[in-house]
Amino acid sequence: MYFLFYLALGFVLLFLNNDLSKAVITLMNVIIVLVPLISTIFGVMYFYNSKEFTELLLAQPLKRSSIFLGQYLGVAGSLMLSLVLGLGIPFVLYGLFKSDTIWDFSLLLITGAFLTLIFAALAFNIALSNENKIKGFGYAVLLWLFLAVIYDGLFLMSLILFEEYPLDSFSLAATMFNPIDLSRTLILLKLDISALLGYTGAIFKQFFGTYRGLIVSITMLILWTVLPIWRLAYKAKRKDF
Amino acid sequence: MIQIENLCKRFGRNQVLSNLDLDIHGSGIFAVLGPNGSGKTTLIKCILGMVVPSSGEIKVQGSTIKKNWKYRQEINYLPQIANFPGNLKVKELIRMIKDLRQKDSMEEDLIGLFGLDPFLDKKLSTLSGGTKQKVNIVLTFMFDCPLIILDEPTTGLDPASLIKLKELLLKEKTKGKTILITTHIMQFVEEMSDEIVYLLEGNIFFKGNVEQLKSNTNQTDFEHAIAAIANQTSDA
Repeated sequence: MYFLFYLALGFVLLFLNNDLSKAVITLMNVIIVLVPLISTIFGVMYFYNSKEFTELLLAQPLKRSSIFLGQYLGVAGSLMLSLVLGLGIPFVLYGLFKSDTIWDFSLLLITGAFLTLIFAALAFNIALSNENKIKGFGYAVLLWLFLAVIYDGLFLMSLILFEEYPLDSFSLAATMFNPIDLSRTLILLKLDISALLGYTGAIFKQFFGTYRGLIVSITMLILWTVLPIWRLAYKAKRKDF
Repeated sequence: MIQIENLCKRFGRNQVLSNLDLDIHGSGIFAVLGPNGSGKTTLIKCILGMVVPSSGEIKVQGSTIKKNWKYRQEINYLPQIANFPGNLKVKELIRMIKDLRQKDSMEEDLIGLFGLDPFLDKKLSTLSGGTKQKVNIVLTFMFDCPLIILDEPTTGLDPASLIKLKELLLKEKTKGKTILITTHIMQFVEEMSDEIVYLLEGNIFFKGNVEQLKSNTNQTDFEHAIAAIANQTSDA
């Protein structure tokens, strides 16, 4: 389903834009917002739905961490695969390999894959810590809303409030602490449209545009993935069923 | 077989098991009894490692179960409420569990015994409670393990299946297995069990056989004897 959605999305965007790099920009907006939402919801739903299954497995000679990590990788892996294949196929058919946007596009897919891993892991954490399904769902959606929308709002407000101070490093750090923002900036800068961002864009460009910046941001994304997974394994070992 | 020392478990402020010591060895059928909420299921889940004890130690076959999961290879467990993933077929579920255990199994005899053949291709969500329980029993008994733990095995079973279950239990007992049962059906206990462990408020109140229990409480009827325990404690 998810795969077909991306497949259709890819084709429609290409058809409407008639240009690869423009389609990539549109896609970015979609990926940044939609991928986390879908991963979160799928993650929470899957966890609650397979509760009985989990209980069955727990009585079997299996390691707890392997049960939960297996479930997590199953969900995140299939979501990731549908994303990569669903978007990849139309673009490849359109002649991606011959164009120079291939790097932009692969960066887009990589960040999309990371976002899937991150938000599925966060969703599993929330579901594991909340026995109550509705609460768990609520928290998960709130988390998404916070990182995708509210965080940006707060960030902007703080920028306006503290206008007089030099905010370069603050805004850099703030971006780092939100995987959605981080991915967005990464892609925007890669697409060379940082001029749109004005002065801050220049600083960001200075940082993210370099190799060091890219490595630091990828490391942050990996950290964002590993920490929730680690907590998942830790919590799962101590939970009563 | 199973040694439990100083086992404590609390859920929040609710102390379910307090300093429980229990030693079960040799073969036979051990009945774990007690009023609702006395910690029977919690005790069993602790042995299975599904509930993490607050303190204390549990040893199964001589090795501690903490941070250990391989010992579950030697346990067959029948959960109290048969919660199966509803989108699986009975056949698929059996195959999956076999896959997990990597052991010889004898599910065909059991499926025949409980007449489950017509249900093999049905989804688990469409089965009735009793049929689910039969599937549950098949899954539990299809592997040859020295320790069998049954949590309320009789729920939802019709009389014919109940007799088959009893026969099955006796057969397993003669093979020298240790069988742990919780149930509320006293007739079943009186008929089947070699030893009774009576739990009360998270501790063992009585351990012994049916005869001892009757003489302890000066009762001739087993059901009354059990009830007498409950009264004794409420008087005290």
